[in-house]
Amino acid sequence: MSEQTLKPEQFAKLKKSEHAGELVVRESISAWKDAWIRLKENKLAMLSLVVLLVITLLAITAQYMTPYDYKTNDLANTNLPPNSEHWFGTDSLGRDMFQRTWMGAGISLQVGLYAALVDLALGVIIGGIMGYYGGRVDEVLNRFCEVMYSIPSMLLVILLIVVMEPSMFTIVLALSITGWINMAWIVRGQVMQLKNQEYVLAARTIGASTSRIMFKHLIPNAMGPIIVTLTMTVPSAIFAEAFLSFLGLGVQSPAASLGTLINDALKAMTVYPWRMLFPAVLISLTMLCFNIFGDGLRDALDPKMKK
Amino acid sequence: MVRYVIEKILYMLLSLFVLASATFFLMKAIPGNPFQSEKNIPPAIQQMLMEKYGFDKPVWEQYVHYIGNLLKLDFGTSMKQQYVTVETVIKSGFAYSVQLGLLAMIVSVAAGVLLGLIAALNHRKFLDGFTIFIAVLGVSIPNFVIASALQYFFGVQLRWFNVTGLNGPLDYVLPVIALSFLPTAFIARLTRSSMLEVLSADYIKTARAKGLSGRVILVKHALRNAIMPVVTYVGPMTANIITGSVIVEQIFGIGGLGKDFVNSITNRDYTLIMGLTLFYAVILMLARLITDIAYGFIDPRIKLIRGRGGA
Repeated sequence: MSEQTLKPEQFAKLKKSEHAGELVVRESISAWKDAWIRLKENKLAMLSLVVLLVITLLAITAQYMTPYDYKTNDLANTNLPPNSEHWFGTDSLGRDMFQRTWMGAGISLQVGLYAALVDLALGVIIGGIMGYYGGRVDEVLNRFCEVMYSIPSMLLVILLIVVMEPSMFTIVLALSITGWINMAWIVRGQVMQLKNQEYVLAARTIGASTSRIMFKHLIPNAMGPIIVTLTMTVPSAIFAEAFLSFLGLGVQSPAASLGTLINDALKAMTVYPWRMLFPAVLISLTMLCFNIFGDGLRDALDPKMKK
Repeated sequence: MVRYVIEKILYMLLSLFVLASATFFLMKAIPGNPFQSEKNIPPAIQQMLMEKYGFDKPVWEQYVHYIGNLLKLDFGTSMKQQYVTVETVIKSGFAYSVQLGLLAMIVSVAAGVLLGLIAALNHRKFLDGFTIFIAVLGVSIPNFVIASALQYFFGVQLRWFNVTGLNGPLDYVLPVIALSFLPTAFIARLTRSSMLEVLSADYIKTARAKGLSGRVILVKHALRNAIMPVVTYVGPMTANIITGSVIVEQIFGIGGLGKDFVNSITNRDYTLIMGLTLFYAVILMLARLITDIAYGFIDPRIKLIRGRGGA
């Protein structure tokens, strides 16, 4: 160390204006904004988001775009290829495939969305209880989850739908019966990690109620993994619904989901392949976008996990 | 290790019991009796059928009888096909499904690991991006779309393969590709990410510093460690291939267990549905059990932790 002598002249009082050094000039960036900035940089994920929005928009507005509807039979015009009147052709009962395809997309998206929301509600409540209380409560619930989880979910779903007549409500219900477990485990892990942090302790010290700590402090901080799990639930629910349709357990005619449309088209695929084309492309595109967007979201919300 | 395996087996039996009970009570919850829908069956014969299947007894007695039969591995008799036991159906269909399923598994593991390896070794280059693209496509396109597209292009249009049936070795090609698409994509992703992680680990640097050849490092040091996550995927892969086989067998007209399952659901053949569901469940749980045990063997760290209790 070189010797240094400090002289009093070197110490000068700051002028008032120089206190500005303590001011934060740059706009403060919340964790969410930060994630959004990272997400915006991921071109592929943003493109997927746009495509998903367009699909949703079309699923809502397509019914006003052509003069046909999804359920009117027109036996004089069955199995038409795509033309200027029927943009996607017609099916074996002469129903307009443009309307049916977009209606199917809407129903598939709704099934995915509702299943994800039910998973969210159940998973957050049960997972929150497991993580927050820990101990005996956690052990019992965790064992229960493990037993439920080890039952092959698809088989249980099929059984449930066979018993309760297929409809959108029963399909969502059946999918949620095992679907929430994954979410519950993720919330449990997050809550366990967070509950011992100082800010939670501080909240408890000033007398915040359990539900306030849970919903104001723990859950918002666990939101990243929860949202990522949600975006991954939607495509798997859409796929599960399509699989059920394939077994004849999907949404019942005249309503249609993308799965039922594909299943109908399969029967006559060698003769009328175009009936298969649009629903198949649409379901694949939707799943693709959800997967890419979900990956992008995970990278954005949790940069540490990025490979 | 022994204690760990026994614990897993007990869990498996408990889950099976829950599933068996659930199937039983769910089927009982269906309104009406299963023979009402049949046409031209006079009430007297319906009554006899009810007696034959034991449906005239109280529910708890039926339940005890059902569980007792399951313990004797007796799944019962089909309700819609006279004199056909569930066992016969399983015996006749299982062979096809197992052949297809095992072939698909081998193809998926081989192709998936290879793709993942290629991607990891060409990190951030064209081949890497291409593999990721294929992998995302593979998990996104539902397998009935893949199966019917394959059937349409290679069977109907190009006529390279038979459209349906399973009579010669060539007939296996399309169904196996359709079945292995999703697992291949998944394994490729798993292998790629774990390979990337392993390749940047310190012991790889050490091996390089010692001057070992690239191939030795790759195979002995990197791949052996990177393959670990793939082993955990065997359980879910079995589930994927079973759901896939239900679809693929139906599309390609193969008389395997998946097709029986679809038919049993369309015909509302309750005993057959219950029997096949339990059978599938047993296979899936066995696959998970094997995965758990195999993982314990492959990864010495797990054996150490689990080995505390007994050994």
